Amino acid sequence: MRALLTTNAELVITIVKIALLLFIVLTVNAYLTWFERKVVAHIQSRWGPHRVGPHGLLQPLADGLKFLFKEDPTPAGVDKFVYFLAPLLALALALTSIAIIPFGPDPIRLFGHDIYLGIAPLNLNIGILALFAITALGVYGVALAGWSSNSKYPLLGGLRSSAQMISYELALTMSVVGVLLMAGSFNLRDIINAQARHPERGILGWNIWPQILGFFCFFTAAVAETNRVPFDLPEAESELVAGFHTEYASFKFAMFFIAEYTSMITVSCLCTIMFFGGWLSPFPASWTVTHYLPSVILIPFGLWVIMDGVRYETIFGRLVLPAMGTAITALGLVLIVFPQVNAFIQAPFWLLSKILTFLFVYVWMRGTLPRFRYDQLMAFGWKLLLPLSIVNVILTSFVILAKMQWGAQ
Amino acid sequence: MTAPLVVFFGLAALAVIGAVSLILQKHPIHSALSLIVVMVALAGLYLLMGAEFVAAVQIIVYGGAIMVLFVFVIMLLNAGVEEHTSLSKMAGPPGLLLVLALAGFIAATVARSGASVQAATQTGALSSTKGISEMVFKDFVYPFELTSFLVLVAILGATVLAHREKS
Repeated sequence: MRALLTTNAELVITIVKIALLLFIVLTVNAYLTWFERKVVAHIQSRWGPHRVGPHGLLQPLADGLKFLFKEDPTPAGVDKFVYFLAPLLALALALTSIAIIPFGPDPIRLFGHDIYLGIAPLNLNIGILALFAITALGVYGVALAGWSSNSKYPLLGGLRSSAQMISYELALTMSVVGVLLMAGSFNLRDIINAQARHPERGILGWNIWPQILGFFCFFTAAVAETNRVPFDLPEAESELVAGFHTEYASFKFAMFFIAEYTSMITVSCLCTIMFFGGWLSPFPASWTVTHYLPSVILIPFGLWVIMDGVRYETIFGRLVLPAMGTAITALGLVLIVFPQVNAFIQAPFWLLSKILTFLFVYVWMRGTLPRFRYDQLMAFGWKLLLPLSIVNVILTSFVILAKMQWGAQ
Repeated sequence: MTAPLVVFFGLAALAVIGAVSLILQKHPIHSALSLIVVMVALAGLYLLMGAEFVAAVQIIVYGGAIMVLFVFVIMLLNAGVEEHTSLSKMAGPPGLLLVLALAGFIAATVARSGASVQAATQTGALSSTKGISEMVFKDFVYPFELTSFLVLVAILGATVLAHREKS
């Protein structure tokens, strides 16, 4: 057993990493639904979930159990094989795309092995292309679900989504070309490192400034690709009941749900990596004082949770919330006491806070924007986004060529 | 048997099964799905040969864009189960002859260039994106541009045909 472990160490590490990431992503997914319901509720002057657990924190668990125990009828006349394949395909592809994302620059040293954060190998030179390949296949989950249900509304939803995804994929792919030209690589790690060429510039060195046009096109197209508001026509409830997943119940519906939220996370990761410097700190590298920022945020937040918890209505809340607050405060203190841990945590801290910001923007948009009409959606994609992204590619190439020609480095 | 060989035979078997199922399936959507399996298996084979870029583009262009259009059109037309006519008696003998000729040609090619295929697997000839782009935009730039022009003409032709004025 021991010999087997040492000879196949890489394989074992990868399998453990996959299991761990799967667990984390699914948990984050569950709490993303809680986060979304809470934020949208507060935008609309409501409380949101607050009955199950303190502040509704156990709501995702209850929802998950409900999905598991609901009856799962298969409608008559469905194409059985494709009907079962569609949610599986949607979920599997959405989860696979997370594997490409790198989560930190430095390895952790454990049992004599350098373990990097992220599943894909370091020299995955087709990084962003591999991601696009996976998302390109993601259309099938939705389209086939709509077709195989043998029902009018799902079919319309499936057709809409295929048309929408084909239209916006073009703009999505064209809009990142500018970033790729600036980095000179498809590798996601190289793209982040290219934004750290001038460590003293901090936030000003990120791709968002020269590529603001590209970012606009990318984010809009990416929201459309994930079928979120304002581009959620495939599941427009006022016209199509629930769109492509009308005939799905129980856990098969949950699989589509998880797939959608996972692709939201992937898109947030991509936005962060391509345009907002990935795990880079927004401050110049010489400002070492900013390394204490995670503690400065964690400790007051933990103390606030304790304060809030002691006078919570339910006994359960009075027990759980202060415990959580103590854990968060302790984490903040650990970061101050152990500078090594603090230095390591910097990159994942910035990456995660940027991803969280993007997830918030997603929810914010859902709470604010009305849905597009179908013809508006098509016109927007083909007549505005695509030309804009092509203009961005041409502009970027000209600037890079000019810099090469006249040596303005 | 080494690990890459196992993966190779797995992917090759998947591609062949997909191709056979593409012909045998009765419903157009099932055929389209089989074709997607073939495309993805081929991409895996390219990846095995070290041609990362080609593999990714294979999935994006063939697996993604083109096959999505196929599925979209089948869904839009709501094409039902294919109708089978009784097979033509004439088709048998010439078809068999063609199959034999094609199999012989492939066998001869494989037998003749067995060594070079082996070499290509080891070096990964077209692996780097840089190598491919230099070939396309430097060495073969005129044929490449001419092909693009041809595709453009085809697109224009399709648009004209689809948008013919109602007389």
